[in-house]
Amino acid sequence: MSEKKPHLDEEALAELRDVMEDEFPVLIETYINDSRERISALQEAIGSGDAEECCKTAHSFKGSSINIGAPRLGDICFSTEQAARASRMSDCANYLSEIEEEFRTVRELFRDRFGAGD
Amino acid sequence: MQTSLPQTASLRILIAEDSDSDRLILTRLVSRLGHQVIEATDGAEAVRRFREAKPDLVLLDALMPRMDGMECARQIKALAGDELVPVIFLTSLTDAGSLADCLDAGGDDFIAKPYNRVILAAKIQAFNRMRVMHRTLTQQRDNIRARNEQLLDEQSIAKRVFDNVAHTGCLDAPHIRYYASPMSIFNGDILFACPRPAGGMHILIGDFTGHGLPAAIGAMPVAEIFYGMTTKGFAASEVLQEINQKLRRILPTGMFCCAAMVEADFHLGQVGIWNGGLPDGFLLRRAGGKTVVHSTHLPLGVLDPDHFDATLVYHMAEPGDSLLLMTDGVLEASGADDIMLGEEGVRSAVSAWGSGAGVVEHLVDRVREHTNRQPDKDDMTLIALEIVEEQEDTGFAATLGQSALQGPVQWACSYEISGPTLGRFSPLPLLLHVCTQVSGLRRCSGAIYTMLAELYNNALEHGVLRLPSEWKASAGGFARYYLERQRRLCSVEDHFIRFELRHRQTDSGGELTITCEDSGEGFDPAQTGPHKEDGACYAGRGLMLLQELADEMTINMPGNRVEVVYHWQAT
Repeated sequence: MSEKKPHLDEEALAELRDVMEDEFPVLIETYINDSRERISALQEAIGSGDAEECCKTAHSFKGSSINIGAPRLGDICFSTEQAARASRMSDCANYLSEIEEEFRTVRELFRDRFGAGD
Repeated sequence: MQTSLPQTASLRILIAEDSDSDRLILTRLVSRLGHQVIEATDGAEAVRRFREAKPDLVLLDALMPRMDGMECARQIKALAGDELVPVIFLTSLTDAGSLADCLDAGGDDFIAKPYNRVILAAKIQAFNRMRVMHRTLTQQRDNIRARNEQLLDEQSIAKRVFDNVAHTGCLDAPHIRYYASPMSIFNGDILFACPRPAGGMHILIGDFTGHGLPAAIGAMPVAEIFYGMTTKGFAASEVLQEINQKLRRILPTGMFCCAAMVEADFHLGQVGIWNGGLPDGFLLRRAGGKTVVHSTHLPLGVLDPDHFDATLVYHMAEPGDSLLLMTDGVLEASGADDIMLGEEGVRSAVSAWGSGAGVVEHLVDRVREHTNRQPDKDDMTLIALEIVEEQEDTGFAATLGQSALQGPVQWACSYEISGPTLGRFSPLPLLLHVCTQVSGLRRCSGAIYTMLAELYNNALEHGVLRLPSEWKASAGGFARYYLERQRRLCSVEDHFIRFELRHRQTDSGGELTITCEDSGEGFDPAQTGPHKEDGACYAGRGLMLLQELADEMTINMPGNRVEVVYHWQAT
């Protein structure tokens, strides 16, 4: 990844707020909950060396993150997905730390910006 | 509604997506476009929901637990059957191979994450247009198929009715060979044969302008008239007149029937032929040589009754001679080079054959050879009748219209025709009709007709017209006989022929008495013989026939009144 993407995609978020209206906080909460589950799933998959499960979860996580307007998190998920596909499990473990850190940042930003996500 | 896109109809859209946040976004986007959303969280649920809700369009995540998007798409497409249900994959897949797999599974398009609402709306609209168009086409196809099935159905019913009315009569008689090639379910050609009550038969071969149903419709009344009148004992010329008049009345202008009528009398050894618009026919002599029978009349259904000439040309015919007739499909049979077989082709093929009814197969082979076995472009019909000894004739099966009525048993009537009517009208069908009202006589209508015909012909030709029967024994005399018959029929003003019929019931059945009296000078039955030169004698063979059929026969002097008594037994 030559250039790191921003934590949040302002344009995408503006559009989502417009589309979701009152339900926007629900969407954010849903995403946060989904993401927690996915991070657990990734931990488990990497711990047990299940490259396929790791790849699938990272792929879904990537899609959701891009959709919600968290492109940097999406990028790290993509790297994880590729590493898992190549069965580079130690790389996956490194990316997982990055994912956990970036997810924390995104959550904080959501909470600061929209008062949502807890 | 904030969208600037033109409003589409509200659709039912199935969204199958396992990621909750993604599904939430998409559901919201699609709802805001005015559509009804059905949600599923995995592939198996998507298939189940599809079955229940029959959505118009499916948005499907490519990667899902419990059945991935591709398998799900395959199942949905299979369930949709003929219906076009567009399946659009939701994907963050990027490699070309995976995208192609989605299409192979039956997917119609992709939408990439993150979703763009403008693109989403445009795609839904585009696929809805395609779906509606597909449905219209499918409905039209189904309509056409249903219409076609209905048409075939109706045709097969019509065909059954048609075959019952326009049946082939006695075409299966051993001395008839024929070939008929139907172009479609109905054929513009007709070919009928019917035994006459007095023996022998009538044959009608024809070719209507046009093909298929319109041509077949014209054939129905022709068949009715042909079989009805022939069975009732009408002469060929009378049948022709009736058919011509009928067709003239019912057929649209420009539609008519080229036809030939044959009156075969094996007893007299003669064939009468009327050819109106068909190609040349051939009377093939057993001894070699042939007589060509040209068309000398306009087709049936063209002329009004006053101008229609139904005169048959009579030819002597011996056992072993064959009469060949055909429709113009034979002449028009053309090969790959579009050259028709033509009159010359037919003539040389016939000459190469010689005699015998097998000429039909020979000619059909020749046509096949010429056309290189191409399917016949026109209807093609051929018939050959072999002249046989009288006893070989199939005879008149007792097939007169069966009536459930018992009919009269005790009755008498007198019927006289006189003057010019003698030359224009045959009373035989009428008299036969009167007799066959008695149910017991219906079974022996052949014998009744023969007796009536013999009595009438003897009274007319020998009693009134004083024609010598010996003339008919030679070729020259044969023509002279018919010419003279025509001539003498013009001066019968003071003459009459009177029939008296009487019927009564007996213990075992019934008794019919027929008396025939004419205004001629009579004859001496004692001197009757086939070789008597005197013009006033009865034909010997006719008298013998009468004696054979009747139970009693009395000739009153001076020989112009003959009475026969016929008994029938109840079964």
